[in-house]
Amino acid sequence: MEIDELIATANRIRRRDLQAVFDAGAGHIGGEMSVIDILTTLYFHTMNIDPSIPLSPNRDRLVLSKGHTACALYVTLAEKGFIPKEEISTFLKPHSRLNGHPNRVKVPGVETNTGPLGHGLPVSVGMAKAAKLDNASWRTFVITGDGEMQEGSNWEAIMCAAHLQLDNLTLIIDHNKLQQGASLADTNNVAPLVPKLAAFGWAVEEVDGHDMAQLRMALDADAITIGKPKCIIAHTHKGHPISFMSDNVMWHHGVPNAEQYNSAMAELLEAAQ
Amino acid sequence: MNAPVDMTNLHDCRDAFSKTLEALAGANDDIVTVCNDSVGSSKMSGFREKFPQRLINVGIAEQNMVGVAAGLANGGKIPFVCCASPFLTGRALEQIKADVAYSQTNVKLCGISSGLAYGDLGPTHHSIEDFAWIRALPNITIVAPTDSTETAAATRWAAHHDGAVFLRLSRVGVPDILPENHRFVAGKADRLNEGDDVTIIANGVLTHRALLAAQLLSQRGISARVLNMATVRPIDSGEIIAAAEETGAIITCEEHTVFGGLGSAVAEVVVQSCPVPMKFLGVPGIFAPTGSANFLLDEFGMSPQGIADSATVLMKKRASA
Repeated sequence: MEIDELIATANRIRRRDLQAVFDAGAGHIGGEMSVIDILTTLYFHTMNIDPSIPLSPNRDRLVLSKGHTACALYVTLAEKGFIPKEEISTFLKPHSRLNGHPNRVKVPGVETNTGPLGHGLPVSVGMAKAAKLDNASWRTFVITGDGEMQEGSNWEAIMCAAHLQLDNLTLIIDHNKLQQGASLADTNNVAPLVPKLAAFGWAVEEVDGHDMAQLRMALDADAITIGKPKCIIAHTHKGHPISFMSDNVMWHHGVPNAEQYNSAMAELLEAAQ
Repeated sequence: MNAPVDMTNLHDCRDAFSKTLEALAGANDDIVTVCNDSVGSSKMSGFREKFPQRLINVGIAEQNMVGVAAGLANGGKIPFVCCASPFLTGRALEQIKADVAYSQTNVKLCGISSGLAYGDLGPTHHSIEDFAWIRALPNITIVAPTDSTETAAATRWAAHHDGAVFLRLSRVGVPDILPENHRFVAGKADRLNEGDDVTIIANGVLTHRALLAAQLLSQRGISARVLNMATVRPIDSGEIIAAAEETGAIITCEEHTVFGGLGSAVAEVVVQSCPVPMKFLGVPGIFAPTGSANFLLDEFGMSPQGIADSATVLMKKRASA
C-alpha cells in the first residue's frame, strides 16, 4: 500500500477507535493512538495474511502483547476484513466477543490471548521457533509497550530468541515514554532500550513510530539481519496526534467527554483532509 | 481381593514417560519438548539424542518456557513441557492461565517430580499445591498416573488429545499395579478393589498404598473399595457417587495439601450429590518437615497402616452418627 493510503487508513482507524472508546465509556485511548500507525503498516503493508483464511498455516503472525489496546486491534482487524466493521459498536458490551483484551478463540486474526503484560514476546518466540523447525518462511511480529519491558519474562524471551537465532521474529516496542501512572523515566527507566537489546544479541533499529515510510522500511523482510532477531524501537507519542491527549499520562485510560470527543474528532477529520 | 501388591520391584515412572514420548516423537514430527535446563531431571537425554532439533531448552526461565510452548502450539507443534512441577506450576502459573488455558493451546504440561518427590530438598521444591492451582483453571485435563503402565498410557493419550493436559509425574519408585493392557480413559476412575464398607480414593504414588491398606482392612474384616482417580479434572462423578451410595464413607489420599486437591474435588461431588462422612489424608496445610518423600507420606498418615487406621476411625464415626 502507498504511503498516503496507509496514512488515510490509520486516520480512519483512529476515528473509529476514538468513537468506540467514547461510546463504550472505557478503553486505553492513549496507547491505542500511539500504536495505530504500527498496526496499520503491519496489516496493510508488511504482513502476508488473508482474512478469508485466518488460520492459514503459512500466515504471518502478529501478537499485540500490550493487549489493553485491544480496541485498536479490533478496528484494524475490521478494516482488514477479519471481523465485520459494524461489530465494533459492540466493544465492551455484555457478551460481545470484543472485550477489553483480545481473545484468539473468539476473534479471528487474534493469535494469542494477551492482557497480563510480558506474555506476548515469549509466545512469539515459540511461534518463530515453530516456523524455523518447519523451514517455513512466515514471520512473527510482536508489539510490546515500553513500560511492559519492565516485566522480567520479556528478558527471558529476549535471551532465548537471540540464542535460537530467530531472525524471523520482529519485536516492535511502542516507545511512548509513558506508562499507566507516570512517565517511564520516573517509574523504572528501562530506556535507553537500544544498547540493552543490542547487548542481548538483537539487531536493533530506531524509527519514528508515526512515520509510515520509516516503519514500512524497517519492517520489510530485506531489513532482516541473518541469524538475529530484530527489535524496532518505535518512538511514539501516547495520544498522538490529538493535541490535548498527546504525551499526557492522564489519557492512558482516560475517556473523553462529549466536548473532548468532538474536539478530537474534528482534529482527526482535519488531518484526513 | 486383587493379587497382592509386589513391593520388591519398584519403578521410576519418568522412565516410562520418556520412553513413550520418544516412541511418539518417532512417529510424529510435530512432537517437541520444551525444557528449563531440565533435560536430565526429566530423563530427556534420549529424546535429545534422537531429535536434537526438537528439544528446546530455554534455560532456567519458566515463564518464557510456557510462553514458548504456547507459541509452538500456535505454529502447529505438539509441545511437551518437561519441568520440575513446583517451578512449572508455581513460577509459570500466569502463563499457564493466559497462554495455555485461556488461549486454549495444545500444550502438554508435564510436572516432573511432583508432590513430595524432592523430599528432603524441602518445601520450596515440593509441589503440593499444583492440583489446586491447575484445577481452578478451565480447559486443562489433569492426570496423575499411578504406575509405569498408566504413565505410558496417559502420555500416549495426551499426545493424541487436542487440548491442554497437566501430566503430574513422580520420581518416587512405585510397583506395577495395573495390567499391561490397561487402557487409560481420561475422566474415568479404575475400581482396583471391590468393597462395600468404605472407599479409599487415591492416585499417583498413593494408589498402591491404598491397595495395601485395603489388604490390612480385609484382615480386620472390613471390605474396602479402592479407586484409582488418575484424572482429577474432569473428575469421575459417577464413580464417586456410586462409592458414596454403596459404601457410605470415603477416604481420600493425596500427595498434596488437603486444601483444594483430590480430597476437595471428591468432596465437591459428594456434598452436592450424596453426602457421606469423609476423611482427607494429605499434607495438613503446613510446610513439610525434613524427610524423604516416603517418610513424609508415612508421617502424614499415609502409610498403609495409617490409611487403614483412618478408614477404621471413619467407619466408627459413621456408625455413631
